Formats: sequence, structure tokens, C-alpha cells
Amino acid sequence: MRVLIPGALRSYTAQSWVEAGGPTIGAVLADLDRQYPGIRFRMIDEQDRIRPHIRFFVNGATTFDLAQPLRPSDALQIVQALSGG
Amino acid sequence: MASKTTKATTATAKPLPRTARPARLAPARRQVVLVATRKGAWLYHGDAQRKTWRADGPHFLGHIVSHVVLDPRDGRTLLAAAKTGHLGPTIFRSTNLGRSWKEAARPPAFAKAADGQAGRAVDHTFWLTPGHASQPGLWYAGTSPQGLFRSLDGGVNWEPFSPINDDPQYREWMGTVQDGTPDGPKLHSIIVDPRDPAHLLFAMSGGGVHESVDGGRSFHPLVNGMQVVEGFDPATVTFHDPHCVRLCPSRPDRLYQQNHCGIYRLDRPSDAWVRIGDKMPKRVGDIGFPLVVHPRDADTAWVFPMDGTTVWPRTSPQGKPAAYVTRNAGKTWLRQDVGLPPSQAWWTVKRQAMSADASDPVGLYFGTTSGELWMSRNEGARWSCIARHLPEIYAVEVVELR
Repeated sequence: MRVLIPGALRSYTAQSWVEAGGPTIGAVLADLDRQYPGIRFRMIDEQDRIRPHIRFFVNGATTFDLAQPLRPSDALQIVQALSGG
Repeated sequence: MASKTTKATTATAKPLPRTARPARLAPARRQVVLVATRKGAWLYHGDAQRKTWRADGPHFLGHIVSHVVLDPRDGRTLLAAAKTGHLGPTIFRSTNLGRSWKEAARPPAFAKAADGQAGRAVDHTFWLTPGHASQPGLWYAGTSPQGLFRSLDGGVNWEPFSPINDDPQYREWMGTVQDGTPDGPKLHSIIVDPRDPAHLLFAMSGGGVHESVDGGRSFHPLVNGMQVVEGFDPATVTFHDPHCVRLCPSRPDRLYQQNHCGIYRLDRPSDAWVRIGDKMPKRVGDIGFPLVVHPRDADTAWVFPMDGTTVWPRTSPQGKPAAYVTRNAGKTWLRQDVGLPPSQAWWTVKRQAMSADASDPVGLYFGTTSGELWMSRNEGARWSCIARHLPEIYAVEVVELR
């Protein structure tokens, strides 16, 4: 499926949209990490919690559940909310 | 005999080229200052006289860089502890003095908690210490919240090290994030005894100073003699807040400490810290963060006091910054402010942001919370500014290139 990468993580992917696969958000993130080593830990901590400021949207709808099932036709958008100075 | 030796030498040695006379054979010592800031890292390359400095940076612009350290065992591997305000923490690694960087394959991370338990997550790696000279590739890292980590492969893969990260007693001594410093409680001042790789020390803000004599398999507190804030019991390790601990390389039985509650010295085998900041001028006090030891004289150490009164402004006292040096292990202190702003300078120096080179006379370097990099070529007698307008400086290390 297509995955939108936020600007702060494009040092890993060098492009805004990439292809990754898996039956859940967690599986897609694991596939992303296989393709772009290190990218998952910048978004998900060692307790498998989504880091603050990182948000996931599936076809435009927000979700906080890494186990949420995905279909190959879905689009996953990863957003890094900006705040602070 | 003398003529024989001379003859043999003459017979085997190649003649020196005219441009390489013996007096010039020793390579010029060049210092590189590694500057970690709230918005990236810079390397400042000095000339042989330490008079002019060439800026190399920014590296990782926009990243919060807590520490950049060179591996003294190979003289070329750099590690940088970094995160951004919105992404998780990592370690970057360079094997060519910063020309290129590669991210660690497995940055420091706590063990996954059992189901139903709230495990901790590393917010940032705060402190990096190369292992013993006899253990190439070994590094230690201290994190916020407090954790101790180790790499055995030069900083590529990191693992939790020693039982302390998940030990119930240590977790109690670490307190909670709410008890810690404004940007998170920290494990810092990881020290490897140059005589013995199994003798380790570290400190926690908060949580005291701790020592291991078995290579990190176990640690015990080393807090006797240290004071805590009024109204609390110094027997409770949680209440101790060491800001910076340094071991004297010329006398490894001697430790100095800048603490939330003053300046201390410990001479082993004693286990009782002695407060040596009482002799500081009362108007300045003995509160601060950094402490620097002399590379060859264990009686000499420097501090950079800050205003620790009332609400803890964390500025230079009265807006008049100065280093203080002791030349007699803390019996007396001398103010060193020549060249520094005489007034209205409301910056200070963080715990990792002051260091010394190994030259003679020693060069001292510090970075300020206002983004200025200062140095002294004469052990603090006179200061000059190397760089201004950097982001807030978190750490300053100086290394001599071979």
C-alpha cells in the first residue's frame, strides 16, 4: 500500500510516498523498518507505544491502534504534528 | 662504544630531507572542539597554537544533540546522541571525523515490559563514555530517564547494561520523571577507572553516585558526606543530586563532584565526600553544573558557578560569569574572569559544556546557554570567544588529533 512519510522522516526514505505491505499498521511499520532501518523507532518506542506528536491516518481517518487491519488498497498517512520551538 | 653506535646509526638511517629537521618532526597538536547544541552539532578545528578555529557544521541541524564524543582508542570514531523534538532518540556514528554519519542499528532502548506493566522508554541518550583503553569498541551510554546501556561494537548496537535499569531498589532511587531535572532525570558521569575496567562509576540527577567493582554486575551507592536539600534525609539515596562527577586521570583515587548542594572531593579508599565549596565566596556560592579536572595535576580543578538561590535562576551570579579554580584540592578558590563580560551576562554553563585539553598549559573550553563558545589557552587566566550565535550549548568536548 501507499504510505505517506512526514517531512521529518524523509531523510530515511528520500521521498514522500513509499510502498510498504502488511495486514496491520504494525506490520506495515515493520516492513518500513526493513526497507529503511531505524525509521520505526523514531515513531514507536520500545514499549510499542506511539511517540508523542506522531499520528496515523488510514484513508484520512485517525487511528491509535497499531493492530488495526489494513487492506492493500488502503493508504496509510503518517503525520508528525509540529509544536514547540 | 660511542663511535660504534654512531657508526651503526649512520649506516642504517636514511638522511633527513632538508625540510624535515628534527626540531620540526613532532606533529603539531591540533585540537578539535566537539560542540553539541539544542539545534545540532558543530566541530571547531583549531590551529597548532589554538588561536584560530574553523567551524565545521551544522551536523544534524534541528536535532537536539546531547553529547558528541570521539573514541580516544582509534582517534576517528565519533558518536553523537541525538533526537528531535518530535522523533525518538538515536545515536549517529561517524568513522571519518564527521564527514559522513550512519545511524546506530539498535539505539539504547529499555527492555520491553511484561504484559500489563508500564515499561519505560528512553527519551534521549544524554551521556556517552568510551570504555577502557583495553576494551576497543566498548561504549557506555546514560539516558533520560535514568538508564545505563552498553555497546560492544563501537556504538552500532546497544543493550541495557547491568541490572540497575530494572532493579526495584534502583528504580526507587531514580524517582519519577516528575522528580527529575526540567528536561528529564538523567544518568550521567559514567566513569571507567583507567587502572581497572571493572571499576565503574556513574551518577544520577536525581539518584546519587554509584560504584561497581565487578564490571557492572552490581553497583552500590557512594553518597556518604553529600548533602541534600534542607528538610530531607541524606540517608535516602533518592534525594541526592550530583550534577557532574570527574575522576582525576593523574590520581584515579581522587574524584571531584559538582552537586546540587555544593562542590565535593572524595579520596579513596575513604567513602566520605568532603564539601570543598565552602571556601567559595559567599556572594557566588558553590552551586553549578560543570566540573573540570586538570589532566596532570590532581590538586587542580575548575567549576563554573551559577545562581542557585531563590527560584534557581540558573544564570551567572549577578550576571557576572566567571570560572573558579582550585590549585590545592579545594582549600582555596581563585576567580578567573579576565576576558569574560564584566556585567549583564545572564548565561551559564551546563554540566557537559566545559572541558580541558591535555596541552601544557592546559586549554579550557566552555559553551554557554546563550550559544557562545569560549576558550582559554592559559588554564583560565584569560578567556576569548571562539564562536557566538550558536544554539544553546549542551556539551563541549575537546580532543587532540593525532
